[in-house]
Amino acid sequence: MRIAELVMAIVMAIFSAYLMWKSAELPIGWIPDEGPGGGFWPFWLAAAMLASCLSIIYKWVRKTSPLSRSTEIFMDSEALKGFVLVAGSLLVTVGLFHYIGIYGALPLFLIFHIRFLGGHSWPFTGFMAVITPVITFLFFEIVLKITLPKGLTDEYFYPIFALFA
Amino acid sequence: MEILGLLMDGFAIALQPLNLGLIIVGCALGLIIGAMPGLGSVNGVAILLPITFLVPPTGAIIFLAALYYGAMYGGAVSSIMLGIPGASTAVATTFDGRPLALQGHADKALIAAATASFVGGTISVVLFTFFAPPLAHVALVFGAPEEFALMLLAFATFVGLGGDDIAKTIFSICIGLVLSAVGLDIMSGEPRLIFFDIPGFFRGINFLVLAIGIYGIGEMLWTIEETRATGGAKISEATVTFKRTMAALREIMGAWKAGLMGSFLGYFVGILPAAGATPGALMAYGVAKQISKDPDKFGKGALEGVVAPESANNAASTGSMLPMLTLGIPGSPTTAILLGGMVIWGLEPGPLLFVEQKEFVWGLIASLYAANLAALLINIAFIPVFIWVLKMPFTILAPIIFVLCLIGGYAPTQSLHDVWLMVGFGIVGYLMRKLDYPLAPAVLAIVLGPLAEPALRQSLLINDGSFSIFFSRPYSAPIMIVALILLFLPLIKLVVNKVRVKKAAA
Amino acid sequence: MRRLVKTTFGVGMTFGLALTAVVGVAQNKAFAAADWKPKKPVQFVVMAGKGGGADKAVRLIQSIIAKNKMAPYAFTPVNKPGGSGAEALVYMKQKNGDDHTIMFTLNSFYTTPLRQPGLGIDITTFTPIARMAEDTFLLWVNSDRKDINNIDDFVKAAKAKGKAWIMAGTGKNSEDNLLTDFLNKAYGLEMKYVPYKGGGKVAKQLAGNNADSTVNNPSEQLGFYEAGKTKALAAFTPKRLPLFPDAPTFKELGKDFVYFMQRTVVGAPGMSAGAAAYYQKLFTKVFNTPEWQKYRTKKSLQGDLLVGDGLMAYWKNEREVHRQMLIKMGVIKS
Repeated sequence: MRIAELVMAIVMAIFSAYLMWKSAELPIGWIPDEGPGGGFWPFWLAAAMLASCLSIIYKWVRKTSPLSRSTEIFMDSEALKGFVLVAGSLLVTVGLFHYIGIYGALPLFLIFHIRFLGGHSWPFTGFMAVITPVITFLFFEIVLKITLPKGLTDEYFYPIFALFA
Repeated sequence: MEILGLLMDGFAIALQPLNLGLIIVGCALGLIIGAMPGLGSVNGVAILLPITFLVPPTGAIIFLAALYYGAMYGGAVSSIMLGIPGASTAVATTFDGRPLALQGHADKALIAAATASFVGGTISVVLFTFFAPPLAHVALVFGAPEEFALMLLAFATFVGLGGDDIAKTIFSICIGLVLSAVGLDIMSGEPRLIFFDIPGFFRGINFLVLAIGIYGIGEMLWTIEETRATGGAKISEATVTFKRTMAALREIMGAWKAGLMGSFLGYFVGILPAAGATPGALMAYGVAKQISKDPDKFGKGALEGVVAPESANNAASTGSMLPMLTLGIPGSPTTAILLGGMVIWGLEPGPLLFVEQKEFVWGLIASLYAANLAALLINIAFIPVFIWVLKMPFTILAPIIFVLCLIGGYAPTQSLHDVWLMVGFGIVGYLMRKLDYPLAPAVLAIVLGPLAEPALRQSLLINDGSFSIFFSRPYSAPIMIVALILLFLPLIKLVVNKVRVKKAAA
Repeated sequence: MRRLVKTTFGVGMTFGLALTAVVGVAQNKAFAAADWKPKKPVQFVVMAGKGGGADKAVRLIQSIIAKNKMAPYAFTPVNKPGGSGAEALVYMKQKNGDDHTIMFTLNSFYTTPLRQPGLGIDITTFTPIARMAEDTFLLWVNSDRKDINNIDDFVKAAKAKGKAWIMAGTGKNSEDNLLTDFLNKAYGLEMKYVPYKGGGKVAKQLAGNNADSTVNNPSEQLGFYEAGKTKALAAFTPKRLPLFPDAPTFKELGKDFVYFMQRTVVGAPGMSAGAAAYYQKLFTKVFNTPEWQKYRTKKSLQGDLLVGDGLMAYWKNEREVHRQMLIKMGVIKS
């Protein structure tokens, strides 16, 4: 926990500084007779973020905040494994949206979670992996008429759309 | 008594079989759409607008109003069950609704939300029936300075929401406000904070992206770890039995003060253009906490914490129809679309609508009464289904919720950029939460920021850059003063306490 | 890659869907370019937010197409309001060669690429489909101002108040801002321009006396106008508008200035000729429906139907006009 607290504060401090620098693309000062410039609001708020981070770091050095004294481990190996698998599978799935579309990626995601992480039976996994995209398609694309990303699978849907035309 | 006569005529219209059918279908669809994370009343109304061209205008607005109501009820469902606010109006409902569900009281929270919504909806429709035209005038003179004062007030009621670490709370508020500034700065017409020149940032960061990220993805990551550590959540203890329901209702009756306050507050805030239901619900939550006998319970599963915002957001959704009908000014994004619909149907909203289109206006008002009742009944009928869903093993529920989040992050804007951002916020949010960074303030800030900043700058621009404008106008001055007092109250208390301690020591 | 796609896809939708799909694709390829038809729902991008004037028009068009069964698939609106249309323009550019994406544009179609050359948008690469209308602008004041009944009164009052005269509009450097600059220059005024989000909000500022004047579209002020809360002083049109017969044009007042807001349907760059012809025909039909004509009359819209090359010529001309205006305002250099 102790290390994590410091790392997070430093990362966020850098991020705040980046936000300040980015905000400064627009006037950050007070324009006479008009009020604050376009960068004023985000710049000074980012400055407050930076100040908060510095105060967290200061407390860490002085060991005055509870987390800076915590000897508890931030994530044990078991927790880390779970986190990496779940977060990783999400990122991979969104990445796949670009290529094999939502209807290709979601079944893979469901199979991974229900079968491999959840340990449910193959027939049940298969059922979920089929029924979820089908319901999604019917509800979003047919009822609500929201087009979901299909990537390279786009043209395979022409005949399916033709069924509902 | 002329109003009652008109209202009776209105009921005759609302209860025609076609219109009644539209009310029921609208409420049910609204409930489903509202309960999906990501899809709220805005999307529901926008998507189903063209369908309404198949029925007469009165039927069409009745359908959409029922949908709007249903979605407001539904928003609470995902807030309580999944901890994901389906729309910004339901953010405040998560604060106590989710803890209640985690303690095994999902049924109680859902019933409380439904009844509170009904109370809020009904009170506001009564207010709407009798006081529409005079209040329209208040809405009209409300300008940028008043809007800013109101946003400051909404923020002030929330000062106590943060965690124990002040630095981390300030950080959270500020990051929400900064992220809300991404996109186009309308005051200078320049793009702002377009990170790495990625075009997706031109649109800005939608509240939903942050909320689904933190409350959906982040919460799931958190729960997965918790489940492993504690061996299963108590969430599945909720059941629906007659006895439990009765006990829950009795307890909800005890929160009548919060419900009544939420209804009135929500209605009046809802009337004000641009404010809409979100600040109304937030303020109701804040005030409920202030007037509660047991404020420490808030955030840990206080029933008033569900009742107040839910009655307020439904009352506000009625309230926001007032400026739409009488001024042609949408009080919320959803009414902006309803307004578009009215224009297409050939109805001209504006001060003359109440005079020239009596049948339409009173048919709508009567249908609001009917829609409210229909939404309550449909919602209660669905509660066992919701509870059944919660009882699913977590290894099945979790991937389904992730799927809902991914689609819900995409659907409103139809942009994969937002899905990436959402997953990113979820992961970072989870790590920050582990380190005791409070995240609710960031979500509130991203909702209120885009309303507050332009209002502040417009006011200053009008007044040559001087703050005196906030204190020299009849409506903004009192709001501003109350907001400032609330804002500095904790600080004042702190100083007073310190002085006392010092005196005691000396 | 193709093979991989098919396999993974097959895993997802085992029950015969994949098979039908493959057969279907083979059939689709047989269509000749001449009788091109949409093969799936068409994405109708709106360059503005939900509830605004452009959005309302798109949702009306969508419903006209659906109601009269003019197309085999639905037209689904997608709002991309970011960065004064920058988001929508970049999106369309990425959709190069796509036959199922069209966009509804405003004048930010010209001004945004001019102001942000970094976007790399060349509007002449976009496929011209149909100009459905041109929206008009008028100069408005609150009816409480009994002392202002014509442009001379207006100039007198605005001069007296100098910089404290508030002109509300829809965003810095937007159409409203261009018109305000014109008025300031033409009459030697110093009106202060205060941007708000959306024309409806602007109209309300005037009716609530939080602004001294606006240059709203008729559709935005109509409600207040009919209720007698606001009045129109002059029109930025070549001829007087039928709905506002008492508002003279600026041309009549001796300032030769005309300004319109286009309401035009644009196709993605590199759209196939067959698809472009299809949409041009479709929107010509939509234009001639009684619903659209009624909407035009009600909203006091002007501008005839313009398709294909004629539309492209119009764009090139308008872009030049806007370039000159922006240079004069000092927003861009060349």
